[in-house]
Order: sequence, then C-alpha cells, then structure tokens
Amino acid sequence: MSALNQLGQEQELLEYVQRGGQVETTDWMPDEYRRLLIKFIEMHGNSELMGVLPEREWILRAPTLQRKLALTAKVQDEAGHSQLIYRVVEDLGKPREQCLADLISGKSKFHNVFHYPTKTWGDVGIIAWLVDAAAIISQKALLKCSYAPYARIMKKICWEESFHILHGRDVVLTMMLGTDEQRELVQEALNRWWGPLMQFHGNPIPMEQDPMYHWRIKSQGNDEARQQFLDGYVPQIWELGLTVPDAELRKDEESGRWHFSEPDWDELKHVVTGHGPKTKERLELRRMNHEETEWVRQIVLAKAA
Amino acid sequence: MGSADRPRQGRVSVYEVFRQERKGQAFQHAGSLEAPNDAFAEEYAREFYGRRQESEALWVVPRSAVHEIDDFVDELERNYHRVDGYSLKAKLKEARERAGTSARGDG
Repeated sequence: MSALNQLGQEQELLEYVQRGGQVETTDWMPDEYRRLLIKFIEMHGNSELMGVLPEREWILRAPTLQRKLALTAKVQDEAGHSQLIYRVVEDLGKPREQCLADLISGKSKFHNVFHYPTKTWGDVGIIAWLVDAAAIISQKALLKCSYAPYARIMKKICWEESFHILHGRDVVLTMMLGTDEQRELVQEALNRWWGPLMQFHGNPIPMEQDPMYHWRIKSQGNDEARQQFLDGYVPQIWELGLTVPDAELRKDEESGRWHFSEPDWDELKHVVTGHGPKTKERLELRRMNHEETEWVRQIVLAKAA
Repeated sequence: MGSADRPRQGRVSVYEVFRQERKGQAFQHAGSLEAPNDAFAEEYAREFYGRRQESEALWVVPRSAVHEIDDFVDELERNYHRVDGYSLKAKLKEARERAGTSARGDG
C-alpha cells in the first residue's frame, strides 16, 4: 500500500468511528489507533488486577462470614475482568506476559485509587461504593467504544460492577446505622478518599483534544464523567449525614453543574507514575505472586504439549 | 491480522465464546479466551461467563474453526428480491385515479 493510500484509509477509518462505526479484531486499523487501544485497554486490565489487592487485605479481617464471602466474590470478579481485558489486548498484538511484565516493572500504569492504603473497614465500604461508582461511569461510557470486542466484554463487566456498588453501599449503610465510632470510621474514610475520587476521571482536558475521544475509544470527556459522578452520588452521601470534605462543593442549580475545589493534579501525576503510598508494596506483591504461581502456568501449558 | 491468530508460545490457542442469555434467544458473541486444550477452554468459559448464572448455555469454539465471510457483492444490483426494489407510490396513485377511487386517500 502506498503512503498516500494508507493516509486515505486512515482518514476513512477515523471518520467511520466518529460516525459511531465499530471496528472488529480482523479489520484493518491504523497503527496509531491500535497503539491507543492497547494503552487504554491494558491500563484498564492492570487496574482490575491491582484493584483486588487493597480489598484482598480485608478478606481475612471481614467482620462477618457474609461480608467475607461477598468480598471474596468481588475479588474473584475483578480478577476475572482483568482476564477478559488482557485477552482483548492480546488480540491487538500485545501478549499477556508482556502486559504483566510491564505492570510489574512500572512501565505501564494503573488507576490512581489503587495506589492508596486501606486503613479501616470504612475504607472497604467507601472503595466498594464510591470508587466502583466512579469506575462504572467510565465503563458504561465504554459500552459505545469504537473497538467492538472491548465494548462487548464491557457488558458483562458493568453487570457485575453494579452488584459491587450495592455491596459497598450496604457496607456503608450498615456502619451508618451502627455506633458513633462506626460512623466516624466511614467519615474518616470518605475524607481520605475524596481527593483521589475527584482525580479519578483525569484532568479536565477538553474532549476534542483527548486522543482517546478523537478515536471514540472513550465516548465522554473527563469533566463530564466527574459531573455525572457528583450528580449521582453526592446526594446519596449527604442523605446519610456524611460531610464531603470540600467547602467549595455545591451544585449551581441554574447551569446544573457542580462547583468544587480544583483537584490536586500534581498528586494524580505523582501517584500514577509509580509514587503512591502503596505502589511499591503492591507491585512487589504482584511480582511475588506471579513468581509463586509460575508452576501452575507450567502445568497448564504442559497439558497442551 | 498478524499476531492475533498465532497461538501463544505455540502451545495455547484462542477459543471464541458465544453465550445464550435466556432459553430461546440467539447465541451472541461474548468474548474469547486462551486455553491449552478443549477441556481447559470449557472450564475457563464456565468461570468467565457462567459463574453467576448469567448464561443459559455457552458455545466454545476454536477460533480456527470460525470461518468469516464478509464480502457480499451485488454486481447485478438484484434489488428485485428486496423491498427497496419496489416503489409503488406513483403507480398506485395512477391506478386509483384510473379507477376513480383516489378520494379515499388510504395510501
């Protein structure tokens, strides 16, 4: 194919996805589109895999057997999501082993919220409720992703995430109906997580300048996702008598937009580039686990020989 | 499509999974998985797509067994076997006028 032809074909595919068209694994696609897809989807896979670690810490410390079972099921779901997502990345040309190696070496990234510690059971409730709520807003927007195989697995992922949010809200409600000390734990956890939650959807880059939107990998802008999160969940937080730790937070009834203090973008950048309070420890755990389970992979592969 | 079809390390291969959500519904493509053989592929499919009773049944098919056809030419423009080959409006109007029934206007 000549360079000019290739350029024309690239433009054609861009216009196709911008009109809402979807691309399949076997379709021709420009290198740039493939590169962005791998980067985006791999980070999602990494986040599902790393996301189980903060919660895993609480399986042995869960307050009741019911909670232990629910938490275990959730951890199993998230690990399953990472399996499905890495499979999509593999079809795009990057092997799973490479994804895991890049994750462990710190070359690829994962979501900011999984770099932080979980101090109390209150954190488990806030993560399962609000971190998952923030995540499902991004994931629902991915149901319309221009890369069809990714959009299809997102259907299953969103379906499971909705149970996770209910589980988290149930944990929080139970604590809010408990003792003053328990309510305090929830409020403290909310104070700790609010900053990372507001950073979660990323810096307010205009949608048109976001390459992920340009190729319709994402279908909404970062600010739009954040507004949607605030709209859906701030009223639910307030109705429980909890305080959001941001004096600026209010909804402008006229414009329907939320006002809030500027999230700490330096912190976001610092954390996702591998400098979060728990980054090292969790990546080390991931590495150790990968090594310790090597024998399982060998046995499975031996079956194929 | 390059590396997508190549079995990883020459030992595992890709299986496509189709799932039926309710009895009587069509099977829909759900995703794919990698497995060293059919038995593992079935177990993985159960884990990924059947663990929460979300599926009535699954089809697990080696990707190499799926033959895709996506080039359908219509060189002769055979619109006579499609609805867009028949535009009755003008003829119907004329026929009604001829029969003196056009006042009913039920077209």
